[in-house]
Amino acid sequence: MFLQNIIVMSKPIKIKRGLNIPLKGSAEKVLVRIDKAETYGVKPTDFPGLVPKLNVMVGDKVKAGSPLFHDKYRPEVVFSSPVSGQVVDIRRGERRVILEVVVKADSGELAYEDFEPASPETLTRDQVVEKLLKAGVWPYIKQRPFGIIANPTDSPKSIFISCFDTSPLAPDLDFAVQGEEQAFQAGIDALRMLTPGKVHFGLNADFPPAKAFANAKGVESHYFTGPHPAGNVGVQIHHIDPINKGEVVWVLNPLDVIIIGRLFLKGIYDATKVIALAGSEVLNPRYFKLISGACIESIIKNNINTQSQVRFISGNVLTGTLVDKLGYLGFYDNMVTVIPEGNKYEFFGWIAPGINKHSASRAFLSKLIPGKRFILNTNMHGGHRAMVVTGQYEKVLPMDIYPMHLIKSILANDIDKMEQLGIYEVVEEDMALCEYVCPSKTEVQDILRKGIETMIKELS
Amino acid sequence: MKALRNYLDKIKPHFQKGGRFEMLHSTFDAFETFLFVPNTVTTKGSHIRDSLDLKRTMSIVIIALMPAMLFGMWNVGYQHALSIDAGWSFFETFWYGFLKVLPLIVVSYGVGLFIEFAFAQPRGHEVNEGFLVSGLLIPLIMPVGVPLWMLAIAVAFAVIIGKEVFGGTGYNVFNPALLARAFLFFAYPSHMSGDKVWIAGLTQGQGVVDGFSGATPLAKAAAYQIEQMPSVYDMFMGFIPGSVGETSTLAILIGAAILIVTGIGSWKIMVSVFGGGLAAGLLFNAFAVNPYMEISAWQHLIMGGFAFGAVFMATDPVSASQTEKGKWIYGFLVGFLALLVRVLNPAYPEGMMLAILLMNAFAPLIDYYVVEANIRRRMNRAKKVANV
Repeated sequence: MFLQNIIVMSKPIKIKRGLNIPLKGSAEKVLVRIDKAETYGVKPTDFPGLVPKLNVMVGDKVKAGSPLFHDKYRPEVVFSSPVSGQVVDIRRGERRVILEVVVKADSGELAYEDFEPASPETLTRDQVVEKLLKAGVWPYIKQRPFGIIANPTDSPKSIFISCFDTSPLAPDLDFAVQGEEQAFQAGIDALRMLTPGKVHFGLNADFPPAKAFANAKGVESHYFTGPHPAGNVGVQIHHIDPINKGEVVWVLNPLDVIIIGRLFLKGIYDATKVIALAGSEVLNPRYFKLISGACIESIIKNNINTQSQVRFISGNVLTGTLVDKLGYLGFYDNMVTVIPEGNKYEFFGWIAPGINKHSASRAFLSKLIPGKRFILNTNMHGGHRAMVVTGQYEKVLPMDIYPMHLIKSILANDIDKMEQLGIYEVVEEDMALCEYVCPSKTEVQDILRKGIETMIKELS
Repeated sequence: MKALRNYLDKIKPHFQKGGRFEMLHSTFDAFETFLFVPNTVTTKGSHIRDSLDLKRTMSIVIIALMPAMLFGMWNVGYQHALSIDAGWSFFETFWYGFLKVLPLIVVSYGVGLFIEFAFAQPRGHEVNEGFLVSGLLIPLIMPVGVPLWMLAIAVAFAVIIGKEVFGGTGYNVFNPALLARAFLFFAYPSHMSGDKVWIAGLTQGQGVVDGFSGATPLAKAAAYQIEQMPSVYDMFMGFIPGSVGETSTLAILIGAAILIVTGIGSWKIMVSVFGGGLAAGLLFNAFAVNPYMEISAWQHLIMGGFAFGAVFMATDPVSASQTEKGKWIYGFLVGFLALLVRVLNPAYPEGMMLAILLMNAFAPLIDYYVVEANIRRRMNRAKKVANV
């Protein structure tokens, strides 16, 4: 086993294609412990394709771990409150779609629903699944293809966990899992019960992994090196054991494995995690320990550049969700990014030398300054056009997939072609860089999600 | 700038829906976005976007065309001066050529952009920047003596039949600029070939030196007058008759360097076109049965429109192969076919235009097989797993 590890380590998988976007404002490795946020929100919109049914009404008292809503078509999949308190608001959008269920946290100690601690090894697979479902931690398990919540009745061929994040300004997961070794291992032990196959780790070959990752038992480690999206679990799956038609693989984020582990160790739903606050408009970009779903006001207070209009993003700049400054941290998100809005006109901007403009191409002078970090805003930098330039997408998608042809097959709604061109192997985050580099400003992620929705409908 | 912005904001409502000049919406939009990068922000997907857009992409191609264009202007004057045996200064030479070439550029842009704007409006599209490049390419691949009305018809044909009927830039099958040239080549052959059209003023014949020939190196080679061909140095530098922008391989290579360094043009296509040409040339050398076939393979690369086609025409991303593997195949065949037409077909002195147009038609087929191979790999992988 030891020897095997050495052999694997000596041969990291090199990801050659991709792009690191060097943004200003990465989080300093300082952990800030903050008071509980006043309110917490769980957003059904974090789960693509979900049709939520409420379990609570405004005014109800809940504990941490009490179900707030469930999946209409799979009622056993519930979504729990991260804190104890009172449901104060159910925000709805167009056509009464539920946007957020808001819980006002109890002051003082939190009260937890008791799910009984248990060692996963002593339970059967069904008992493990039941426990995960009941506590509302099941949604942390996502499936590939499609990037949706895993189906509890599936038996995945393997489980993949990417232990590093290469996206712009991403939190250092090695730092974020420090001190959680025990819970992490408990989570891994539970996950091992769920698959007849292996639990795979994708590790960063460039740095020694954190103790929690290096000492984890019962997993198979793979090392990767290269630019973003080398840390994307989809890319790692593609290089280790690609998904074929009809196969299902489950994926998780390491911080969510810890939450699962706590359920087995302590018998409670404790959604505490360490997240990063980053971005050029943050005065002191740092790491924060908080409970998932927290109102981001608790971490951005007095910490934002007030000179300019800014955008708050739950998640990273490529795939995150726009939130307002009283918005909530997304269910799967490990960071909050704050960048300037770009709603300004720029005189002859398209011909300017571009010393401060970032581009994957070499069409701007900024390429001449090695190691430069950029303040990028939300401007589109151009109008939407038909696809003209070719070969740009391929440079940032390190998979044996023809991204432009895949996108075109989705636009043509050609289901056979989508399947043949590999739609099972990608989700939005894998192709987010294609969207970033597209000179025609094609909404790649949106198109891909529509394609995935079409496939889900077709297969059901 | 601020004042200009304020003025634009003031008149903008007139061009929007319900405004007085609603029918000029696309036109206003084109000018506004030309002056100012719009203030639109991302609403879905990635929150930040690459600074590169089509305007910048196209303007870099235009910058890359500048050396060839400026040299072409000078060379028009230089060739004319040779024909009348005048000892002009550099400035006189350039000015003469400038005055000859400028009308071509103005007509090309005028006609082409007018049609583009007219088509964008009813479609409700923004005006695509594609024609900014085509509009400059067209004059550069014309003989300087082409009548302006003919040029106007060719541009109109290329933009309407070559592009707009397919849906506009990005949907066209053939390279619009080459289509314009091909149109004239077949519709008005007497104005597009022969020995007289390549040098300004030669068709009128006033003051031309006795015995002066305006024949291009290609014409001389095709007539087996190898000993009369210009020196390699002259052909590389471009002191030879030919279409406006195609003569100087050096100027074209400067453009190629700009395209490759910025990553805007596909180096794969450029390299493979030259490779294909070289391969065909070597093949001719090996089986040489006539003097033309004996010309050393690399000399072909600096003759006629080969270099210009390889750098600026074959690399058009819309009409070329769209897969990276396909680009190698596409480029190689362009180069190979260009020489095949040039050397073996007596009817066409230059093969580059026909080779590129032919390969434009075949590019989707090449892509089809490249993508099909990817699909087959994926299916085989699934089968292997299923059989275990």
